[in-house]
Amino acid sequence: MSVKRDSFSVAITVGAYGSAFGAAAVSADFTVLQTCLLSLLLFSGASQFAVVGVIAAGGTALSAIATSTLLGTRNGLYGLRLAPLLKLHGWRRVIAAQITIDESTGVALAQNNEEDMKKGFWYTGFGVFFFWNLFTLAGALGAQAIGNPSAWGLDAAVPAAFIGLLWPRLTDPKSWVLAGLAIVLALSFTPFVPAGVPIISSALLAIIIGWRR
Amino acid sequence: MSTFWIAVLGSSTLAFMTKFLGASVPQSLLNHPRILRINNLIPVALLTALVAVNTFADKTKLVLDSRALGMAAAITLLIAKAPFPIVVIGAGLTSALAYRFI
Repeated sequence: MSVKRDSFSVAITVGAYGSAFGAAAVSADFTVLQTCLLSLLLFSGASQFAVVGVIAAGGTALSAIATSTLLGTRNGLYGLRLAPLLKLHGWRRVIAAQITIDESTGVALAQNNEEDMKKGFWYTGFGVFFFWNLFTLAGALGAQAIGNPSAWGLDAAVPAAFIGLLWPRLTDPKSWVLAGLAIVLALSFTPFVPAGVPIISSALLAIIIGWRR
Repeated sequence: MSTFWIAVLGSSTLAFMTKFLGASVPQSLLNHPRILRINNLIPVALLTALVAVNTFADKTKLVLDSRALGMAAAITLLIAKAPFPIVVIGAGLTSALAYRFI
């Protein structure tokens, strides 16, 4: 796999989904400015949808912040994994932190050597940032024109991109077992706990499986 | 300040703090072999769980819809060793068609 091609494909696919976010936020009565600030400053898709979703459902600002932060916890865990690789100092750590998301982590981990992993992180991080913000603005301005993202298959293209990134990493039995258990755990928790908790709880499985050799 | 502004600025601040804290944990704490092993496995667990939830959940409900067909297409293409963009486009196209006709 070429790291540039991976990064670009992910940036475009996920970036396009930003239009759905822009449209959703404006439909929930966020202003275009607030919508664009969420994409620029929060910059984590699931958390952004959570903020908009909670407010649209009549939730308080505090519950919107809590849900969004819970969903964003995994970015901190990705940072733990990426920091030794990226060897960050000063302002580079600030920039890298802002673009530490599912996509930049996923592309980095899909590479075979450290050099490509670093490139994958930066290319994908900046690429998604650019397209996500561009499409957020487009979606916010043309809220009705895009219509339903499901009709364009975007809601399946995004998880497909993640499975495509994970696939080359699933090389040993331990990863397969972990992946299988993570699916079972996340789906069985889904009906009973707030959105975000099923995903973050799967980190426990990594701890249990990684504890022993 | 309105609810909207508090939600926007509050969630953005905490999101950045989360990301920055993760990137700021000292190297020496992460060098233990057990921590290294766990640290390598955490993204695999989180991303797999994310895929499962993005495919089969609608908020807190489990659903079987066009996305599942899209995911089936993606996995089929991966097994057939299709290049990454084809996997993504194939899944999107399958899901869009399923959404349109089912």
